[in-house]
Amino acid sequence: MTEGKSEITPIELFFEIERGDFVRAGEASSKIKKKLLRLGFTGSTIRCAAIATYEAEMNIVIHSLGGSLKVKIYPEKVVLVAKDEGPGIPDVALAMKEGFSTAPEQVREMGFGAGMGLPNMRNCADEFEIESREDVGTTVTMVLYKGG
Amino acid sequence: MTLLEVKELLRADSYTECDLSNCEVKAACGADLLSDVLAFTKEQVLLLTGLVHPQVIRTAEMLDLAGIVFVRGKVPSPEMIELAEKKEIPILSTSYPMFKSCGLLYASGVDGDICD
Ligand SMILES: Nc1ncnc2c1ncn2[C@@H]1O[C@H](COP(=O)(O)OP(=O)(O)O)[C@@H](O)[C@H]1O
Ligand SMILES: [Mg+2]
Repeated sequence: MTEGKSEITPIELFFEIERGDFVRAGEASSKIKKKLLRLGFTGSTIRCAAIATYEAEMNIVIHSLGGSLKVKIYPEKVVLVAKDEGPGIPDVALAMKEGFSTAPEQVREMGFGAGMGLPNMRNCADEFEIESREDVGTTVTMVLYKGG
Repeated sequence: MTLLEVKELLRADSYTECDLSNCEVKAACGADLLSDVLAFTKEQVLLLTGLVHPQVIRTAEMLDLAGIVFVRGKVPSPEMIELAEKKEIPILSTSYPMFKSCGLLYASGVDGDICD
């Protein structure tokens, strides 16, 4: 150990999310939810995390070539990072608008693709950041504070 | 109203092992748009839907919904039943269509106020 502030090591969870996997989609969010419950997080934080990660998972399944969900759990906050390998979002501001969706018909028939996912994620999280580059990928970072 | 009373009112079949008399339903929503449900529904709400696929159960799990009623005679697949059991989400199926199912519940005092 070096001198200075000792950083608390967060509990980390990592899940690979496959494109087009409509059966297992949601399993990562489910595990995250259970973990937060066991660690003593409160109802509203857990619910927000579950909704945000589920929307993120669905976006990777529906819109991306595949990616991952990474969670870092600190005593006072949860950091959620959804990252994929492309194709990226050409116009992020447009994608963030409620109602904007490029979801295919098959996805709409399932009850998704109303263009509410990203806005819902932003509403759920205390901090929200989206970064996307065409042909590279999209990274959504969300922070939820305990009791926030 | 309990889920058991919902089951009787809608002449529904139950597909999970849950003790329905122990599940209290205060409010319900009828929706075929899961995106909407995910954006606007508080916990312990009963979802009535014509959609039948595993993600309906996942949605209910994330939101801590009271249960799911499949309307218009839609029947869950064995995989869905297994998933619902695992996630402890009660599922019912009624032959009544959406409007009638919602109307019966509403007339019996189930609230339509589903937002936080
Ligand atoms: N991970 C992603 N990769 C590529 N495009 C995405 C991704 N996430 C969202 N998008 C784009 O942003 C749009 C809006 O996303 P969202 O608000 O979640 O609505 P929906 O998923 O219902 O379409 C999507 O339709 C898609 O065009
Ligand atoms: Mg989405």
